[in-house]
Amino acid sequence: MTVTGPTSASEENRVSYLDHAATTPVLPEVLAAMTEQLGRVGNASSLHASGRAARRAAEQSRERLAEAVGARPSEVLFTGGGTESDNLAVKGLFWARRQADSRRRRIVVSPAEHHAVLDSVEWLAKHDGAEITWLPVESTGRVLPHALAEALGDGEDVALASVMWANNEIGTVSDIPALAAVAREVGVPLHTDAVQAVGQVPVDFEASGVDALTMTGHKLGGPMGAGVLLLRRDAECTPLLHGGGQERDVRSGTLDVAAIVGLAVATVAAVGSREERAARLAGLRDRLVEGVVEQVPDAQLNGAPLGDRVDGGPGRLPGNAHLSFPGAEGDALLMLLDARGIECSTGSACSAGVARPSHVLLATGADADRARSSLRFSLGHTSTGADVDAVLDVIAPVVERARRAGLGRR
Amino acid sequence: MRVLAAMSGGVDSAVAAALAVDAGHDVTGVHLALSQNRQTLRSGSRGCCSVEDSHDARRVADELGIPFYVWDLADRFTEDVVDDFVAEYAAGRTPNPCLRCNEKIKFTAVLDRALGLGFDAVVTGHHARLDGTELRRSVDAAKDQSYVLGVLTPEQLAAAMFPLGGMTKDRVREIAAERGFGVAAKPDSHDICFIPDGDTRGFLSRRLGSQPGPVVDAATGRQVGEHDGTYGFTVGQRRGLGIAAGDQRPRYVLGIEPVTRTVTVGTADLAGVPAVRTGAPTWTGRAPQLPFAAQVQVRAHGAPVACRVRPDDGGGLLVEFADQQRGVAPGQSAVFYEPDPDRGDRVLGQAAVTAAVEREAGVRR
Repeated sequence: MTVTGPTSASEENRVSYLDHAATTPVLPEVLAAMTEQLGRVGNASSLHASGRAARRAAEQSRERLAEAVGARPSEVLFTGGGTESDNLAVKGLFWARRQADSRRRRIVVSPAEHHAVLDSVEWLAKHDGAEITWLPVESTGRVLPHALAEALGDGEDVALASVMWANNEIGTVSDIPALAAVAREVGVPLHTDAVQAVGQVPVDFEASGVDALTMTGHKLGGPMGAGVLLLRRDAECTPLLHGGGQERDVRSGTLDVAAIVGLAVATVAAVGSREERAARLAGLRDRLVEGVVEQVPDAQLNGAPLGDRVDGGPGRLPGNAHLSFPGAEGDALLMLLDARGIECSTGSACSAGVARPSHVLLATGADADRARSSLRFSLGHTSTGADVDAVLDVIAPVVERARRAGLGRR
Repeated sequence: MRVLAAMSGGVDSAVAAALAVDAGHDVTGVHLALSQNRQTLRSGSRGCCSVEDSHDARRVADELGIPFYVWDLADRFTEDVVDDFVAEYAAGRTPNPCLRCNEKIKFTAVLDRALGLGFDAVVTGHHARLDGTELRRSVDAAKDQSYVLGVLTPEQLAAAMFPLGGMTKDRVREIAAERGFGVAAKPDSHDICFIPDGDTRGFLSRRLGSQPGPVVDAATGRQVGEHDGTYGFTVGQRRGLGIAAGDQRPRYVLGIEPVTRTVTVGTADLAGVPAVRTGAPTWTGRAPQLPFAAQVQVRAHGAPVACRVRPDDGGGLLVEFADQQRGVAPGQSAVFYEPDPDRGDRVLGQAAVTAAVEREAGVRR
């Protein structure tokens, strides 16, 4: 295909959606279950028949979701999404642990975390006396157990540690059970942001040994605005939202029953089909990466190698392909691909839309130019071989054009 | 054509983008992030630099159904426009940052990148007519922006589209309102976008610090006051001189000497100059034969005056005014026009003023 310049997506018949790490299409069974629930009246806190019916739907969903992720129903706290769950875990554990012992001011955290964790930690440092200890990460973005052990020391002055299960940008999976064992040894609670991990790699809350785990619905075929914090029964967590105390007195707010139903249906489906889907997506992803590198030989894969393994599972999210194209600006690549009906991302979206070099890549030791020249393709349940073909059809001329366009910089 | 619409978040660029879509072009919107420390919300009347402004632009783009991106040009803007602005004032000159931004940012950095990415043209909301590649004044004389575009070259104009030049600002707002754009009634931007409070002297003083020096009366050679920095003055300025000259006659700034930090003032009869010298000119079309007669405008909202343009030493020009002009400061651009009441005065080109010419002889800085 000869590429002469931007063409509008409307000229194309199909769009290749390769941004499942941003959000996923809602599964048909989720849509059906939510639509049915939305048609019913009832506040799950009400005592009458309508309320009881709503409560039954919510609690059934809690039980099903808990079973799918290896947690007890009482450990499932429904929230408004991944950002809220991260905020609640980081701030709530910090406040509760420091309340119990004022020496515990330290937060041990990886610099490659999602901003929902990073900004919560930095807010606590700026406004509430927290001290941050940054964990070293490998060039793949992985946090190693001995690094955590070193950072925790005897753990006496540590409020919590937080390490994401799988990175949202470069897809690197850390060995969370091993990290949790290290934290447990010195009595420090470990929180993990598993938003990208659930449904992609094996996640078992109880077996992992973590104290708190963030997950969300819309990354696995469920609705937006519905998240979960899995919180061990013995973990003390100070609330962010005060009110009716609906969720174990840790989170208040009328339960969004339809969203909870959708979230549970999606989680059960995603976890149930995980193995088959992961194998299929890894195959597509490998073909995508290998095809891109064949056409653009100096393209660099960021994160863990394709065949990497950790804790008996994939060391890299099966749908993640994160590549740098030296000499091309990520946002120019994104624009040119968007104009050809290929939807991907330069990393995590920013509210102002201004491209910044990815903090994740910078944390792995990449220089700013490599970070600026990167693209993330993330495959998910709707991805097909045709999507991979679509990228391989245009990537070489697109990269060439982006390189010729220069950087708008000197 | 594949067209890139530069969208500031204001009403003009919103309507320009809409008209480009209406004309059947394949339009992509781009907001230029120019400030290194962007405010979340707009402050003051200036609209272009806050995140809120980029959201206003995005809202219009979404309504038009066109792709929209933010391009971060803050480093280049800081270097080419803001730092240049400060350096020019520090050297005793009076720059026009909007002209510099058009020259260096919109029609160099952005245009080059757009052409590189495969676009055919850049469309902006400037009030000026583009008749083929002939740049002319807007039909709305009060909103005409041809002065700040006078620095563009034929190559740049060939890849520019200014769809608003043929209509009044009122009509632009009407079109925006008819389309339901939220920015239809957004206030016009004023002044300099990187000085949102309008206090240029305060901005320069924060950047350059206090640099006190004397204010000297040209007629007597006597010091009549002191100042905190020559950058607080511009040639032709009358207000805010802070001097006691001993009589009731108003004084004007006649010259600024940055090395000795001397500001020279004088009475009205001394303030006019018959001619100025300039640096090397740029032309919007084929270079005219020198000498030639034209009109010249020396500031964005100044009135045009008749002049004769001759070659000067070192590739510059000697611009002789038909009537003496006040307040022609080094650093300002002299933009030359060929009057045309029917199609709009045509912009011929521009050159930066380097020095005023004394009435008798010699050159005064």
